[in-house]
Amino acid sequence: MTSAAQSAARANPILRLGKSVQGALFRYAGLRGYILFSPTLLVLVGAMCIPVGMLVIYSFWTQKYIEIDTTLTLANYLQIFNKTSYMLLIGKSILISTAVTTATVVLAYPIAYFIAFRVHQHKIVWLILITVPFWTSYLLRVFSWKVILGYNGVINSALKWLGIVDQPLAFLLHNPTAVIITLAHAWAPIAILPIFVSLEKIDRSLLEAATDLGDGPVARFLRVTLPLSIPGVVAASMLVFIPTVGDYITPQLVGGPDGLMVGNLMHAMFFKANNWPLGSALAILSAAAITVTSLAIWFLTKHARERAK
Amino acid sequence: MSNKPDFVSIGDVSKHFGSVRAVDGVSLDIAQGEFFALLGPSGCGKTTLLRILGGFEAPNSGNVHIDGADMTLQPPNRRPVNMVFQNYAIFPHLNVRENIGYGLRKEGLSKQQIAERVDEALATVKLEGLGGRGATEVSGGQRQRVALARALVKHPKVLLLDEPLSALDKNLREQMRVELRALQQQVGITFIFVTHDQEEALSMADRIAVMFDGKVRQVDTPEHLYETPRSKDVAAFIGSMNFIDATVEGADGDALIVDAGPVGRIRAGLPADGAPAAGTTVIVGIRPEKLILADSPPGEGANSIRARLTAASYLGERSHYFLQVDGLAEPLSIARQNTQAQLLHEADAGSELWLTWSPASGIVLPAAG
Repeated sequence: MTSAAQSAARANPILRLGKSVQGALFRYAGLRGYILFSPTLLVLVGAMCIPVGMLVIYSFWTQKYIEIDTTLTLANYLQIFNKTSYMLLIGKSILISTAVTTATVVLAYPIAYFIAFRVHQHKIVWLILITVPFWTSYLLRVFSWKVILGYNGVINSALKWLGIVDQPLAFLLHNPTAVIITLAHAWAPIAILPIFVSLEKIDRSLLEAATDLGDGPVARFLRVTLPLSIPGVVAASMLVFIPTVGDYITPQLVGGPDGLMVGNLMHAMFFKANNWPLGSALAILSAAAITVTSLAIWFLTKHARERAK
Repeated sequence: MSNKPDFVSIGDVSKHFGSVRAVDGVSLDIAQGEFFALLGPSGCGKTTLLRILGGFEAPNSGNVHIDGADMTLQPPNRRPVNMVFQNYAIFPHLNVRENIGYGLRKEGLSKQQIAERVDEALATVKLEGLGGRGATEVSGGQRQRVALARALVKHPKVLLLDEPLSALDKNLREQMRVELRALQQQVGITFIFVTHDQEEALSMADRIAVMFDGKVRQVDTPEHLYETPRSKDVAAFIGSMNFIDATVEGADGDALIVDAGPVGRIRAGLPADGAPAAGTTVIVGIRPEKLILADSPPGEGANSIRARLTAASYLGERSHYFLQVDGLAEPLSIARQNTQAQLLHEADAGSELWLTWSPASGIVLPAAG
């Protein structure tokens, strides 16, 4: 830069400001971090904090026919606590999601293990193959289970054709088990990836060291591989558990009357019953239940890790 | 304890990876209580051989016996052998005590006995008081001690160490050489370690096997290996050496007379296996520190040649000089302790000096290899 241009830059206040902002960005890594973070922060505040805040406020209001009474009250919460069927539904949703989480993690672990330890080339191909179900819509995947488990579905037709049963089995669809199978299948890829990452990170010489110190394959797995992959298992559990509690599409399509979950009730409150305040209170309570259960999973695994030593 | 000379016996072991012969027909006997080094450049097969001893690789042919028992196809958990891994492989989810006690679970000991053994091992490696530390809360040097204790606590018949000092910084490395040697003397267990660092091997081992391209080229004590290497490769790998092509003329008492071309007729040490026939082409190797610089020609008996200083490098406690002898392809390298008052500098390049050396300093090596 020539000295003339330099003095022009010094004289121009906008250019000077630009220079000092540039300087500050160069000097302070924290500031750069906040700027990188700011788009996400805006979305979070706009699309999450505000709606959740509104949900909280709504839950303390009440629906009076078509109008909303904005007096702050705990009436919705009391109504839910007093209505055993609501509480049972929340409890059942937690149980179903726990079963889904357990099934998903138990099924995902061997696949993740296989890719991490047995596949030596083209791991990425395997990982992409695992995400293939995600390429189709969630709704289609749920429907496909309806086709598989239905009264005239794939399994029943096959059993009839083979002569194993005379009448189609009715217990395959429209019950909590169908919900668990469908959700476990839908969320499997989400569970495989974090477990794979935690297994992949394990230093192979640790496994050799365990063998060297006398462990057979089973002892080595239980004492080294499993404890070191627990972070991945916890992450997978959370990723599957939290969203499945509130799911209402799968229970609606394959759950039948017994397989309904709290998401269906919330859906009904916000739409058919047009009772937003009660729906909000349900949402807040199930979020609280999810938080408590997640913390319980976290503490239990931590405790188990301490004991496994 | 009678020291069996073939406590660890490696019989004609070969291991191929695809078309690469990592270990190629190696036979070695290692005595009980010996501190043995496998030395060689990277890729020479020394680590593969160590892993075969540990059971992490199965040889394609040959066999391994430890204390008389055939171990060739036994997995690592069934061998009376423990390993200190190059990166130490400390379990990150366990603390120091738990790491050291890891291998004792299977031995049917009571909690009390395990605790005693761990305490004993902690004391052996001088880590008392650090047992409760997390594996990630100890320094590199301490991690190495944990790895040593974890292996020694099992009372193995043989301890294998894969590049045990390579992960440490220079000062700690030199201190650990002494400590490791003392530890081995104290526990009396056979130690076999792999290194590419010749100084490490020379300073710690009782005997060294030098490996090139999957083959063992020479097995000897550190002193013999340095003073009487049997091939040019070994001589060049252990320390440095000046090589001069020569033709044998005949023996004279305890010296061999050779015609070394541009260097003239010189006297060299008589090889242990007798004088080669006259006319044989040989290589005479002379260590840099055995060449002496002088201003005037020496007396009778010593070899001498006039040479011109081409370069000088000052290394603190010693200096390296390079002197060109007319007709030789490479300048000769000379190492001299900086105890003399007079140092030679770059500025002295071109000055003519005398080089002298005693006949015994000239090592006669076969021309091929």
